[in-house]
Amino acid sequence: MGDKALLSIQQIGKTFSNGTVALQGMSMDIEQGSFVSLLGPSGCGKSTVLKIIAGLGNLTTGRVEWPTAQVDHLGRPDHEISFVFQEPTLMQWATVFENVWLPLRLKGASRRNAKDQVEEALDMVGLKDFATSYPRELSGGMKMRVSIARALVTRPKLLLMDEPFAALDEITRFKLNNDLLHLWEKFNWTVIFVTHSVFESAYLSSRIVVMAARPGRVVADIDVPAPYPRGEDFRTSNDYNRYCREASDALHSAMQAGDHL
Amino acid sequence: MSSPETFEAMPVDPVEMRKARAIKREKIGRWLLPLIVVVLTIVGWDRMVVINEIPHYIIPRPGRVLQALIEDWSLLIGSLGTTLTITFSALAIAIIGGVGIAVLFAQSKWIEMSFFPYAVILQVTPIIVIAPLIFIYVDSKFAGLLICAWIVAFFPILSNTTLGLNSADHNLRDMMKLYGASRWQTLRFLRLPAALPFFLGGLKIAGGLSLIGAIVAEFVAGTGGIGSGLAFRILEASYRLNIPRMFAAIILISLTGVLIFMFMTFLSWLFLHKWHESAIKRES
Ligand SMILES: Nc1ncnc2c1ncn2[C@@H]1O[C@H](COP(=O)(O)OP(=O)(O)O)[C@@H](O)[C@H]1O
Ligand SMILES: [Mg+2]
Repeated sequence: MGDKALLSIQQIGKTFSNGTVALQGMSMDIEQGSFVSLLGPSGCGKSTVLKIIAGLGNLTTGRVEWPTAQVDHLGRPDHEISFVFQEPTLMQWATVFENVWLPLRLKGASRRNAKDQVEEALDMVGLKDFATSYPRELSGGMKMRVSIARALVTRPKLLLMDEPFAALDEITRFKLNNDLLHLWEKFNWTVIFVTHSVFESAYLSSRIVVMAARPGRVVADIDVPAPYPRGEDFRTSNDYNRYCREASDALHSAMQAGDHL
Repeated sequence: MSSPETFEAMPVDPVEMRKARAIKREKIGRWLLPLIVVVLTIVGWDRMVVINEIPHYIIPRPGRVLQALIEDWSLLIGSLGTTLTITFSALAIAIIGGVGIAVLFAQSKWIEMSFFPYAVILQVTPIIVIAPLIFIYVDSKFAGLLICAWIVAFFPILSNTTLGLNSADHNLRDMMKLYGASRWQTLRFLRLPAALPFFLGGLKIAGGLSLIGAIVAEFVAGTGGIGSGLAFRILEASYRLNIPRMFAAIILISLTGVLIFMFMTFLSWLFLHKWHESAIKRES
């Protein structure tokens, strides 16, 4: 490492207008190209952090810095950021193609100009034969894939994912986990992945940041130095078990720290 | 990446066959049952008049009404044309006005809060009591009729479209913001499409209401001037105790209303059947 971080969060705090202190004094640096999981109990402010990073919510205190990028007057970096929500969040009235086209369309790309890029993104998630389908015709896992394709179509430097697979069954989730890892290794994005699953975070990430609730803050920062590519043999290895236990212990103490829930 | 889940075709089982037959029966029944009921009603009407020896100038037999419909056809069809002109002009303005004002409301909560009460007041005040004033203030009878029908028709479109524009998924809104969408782009790509099912629901109501508005206004406007719509024919026929013609005109109005409703239903289906829950046939 030693490189400049892609993103540096410094002592951020967020208090909602109803008085809820969602975050307090939270700091972390995100290295370029890393796969970081944010792990924490529900309500500890994971979504709030992601939204703040994406520029979708304002801060009460602290700063978000982008050391390697030019920032605009709103403090947003000049490179692409994409967001994947817990629900697929698709436009029901639009085809798969049109859903993935949207981010490019908003930048003025016509259907023809966007075609190659959209098809490439659909190909990445294995859905190129479904371009003309409507979301309702797809299974939950396929909808999530469309959502991921839409996030990838702008070739983002940073991908923010808010419990993207939480609503899927385990088999589909494992499959999407593997596919996501493949893409990440191939394209070298930075990923911040919110989850409340210890197993998912240990399997996917190079680093797990554990958060506690009320107020939301970082309570543990666990390195997962296992090499990629990771596959089913990693899922059954002793190393994996050790990382899971470490994360799980940290999560338990985090829950106790905020046990007046 | 591997291909997504696929399913193999299964042989059809007896339960499914029975279900398919039931669906077929339902399809036929949907047309046949109302038809049978209408025929029975007409026969019952005829018998009632004959058995009770009701004179034709009080309740005519269906045959007489049909006769009036045929004999007065050129007269009635002209009036129907006039009424329809008003109905559809009013509906068109209601659509433009209703959607336009809804979009304006969607731009600013303050505008909505300030002006929505006016829309409600216009809606809840019966048109029959406003119409006489309108005909005093507005010289052109056509314009007066149009205004009346418009007042009745525009509210469902306004209120439904306003609701629809505000019902766009909040995550999608966040996404629009993330990608730096302009206000116009958010409206065009997110809020208007999200409002479409709501708008079409409003349109279904407004279609019928604009006809009612046009007819009520014609009644108020009375018999002077250019008034020669269907309501005028009914008034005129009632002065002359031409009961069969009254029935004929009423039937024409009802049929028109039904046709408008069916057309709006078709329009809804046309725009929504590919994606919206309300228009999708479920298999269970
Ligand atoms: N818009 C809001 N207004 C008030 N409180 C909120 C709002 N959004 C989130 N919160 C509160 O902030 C805390 C953190 O929320 P969130 O970031 O969604 O948690 P997580 O994603 O970890 O489950 C919770 O206590 C939640 O109730
Ligand atoms: Mg959340």
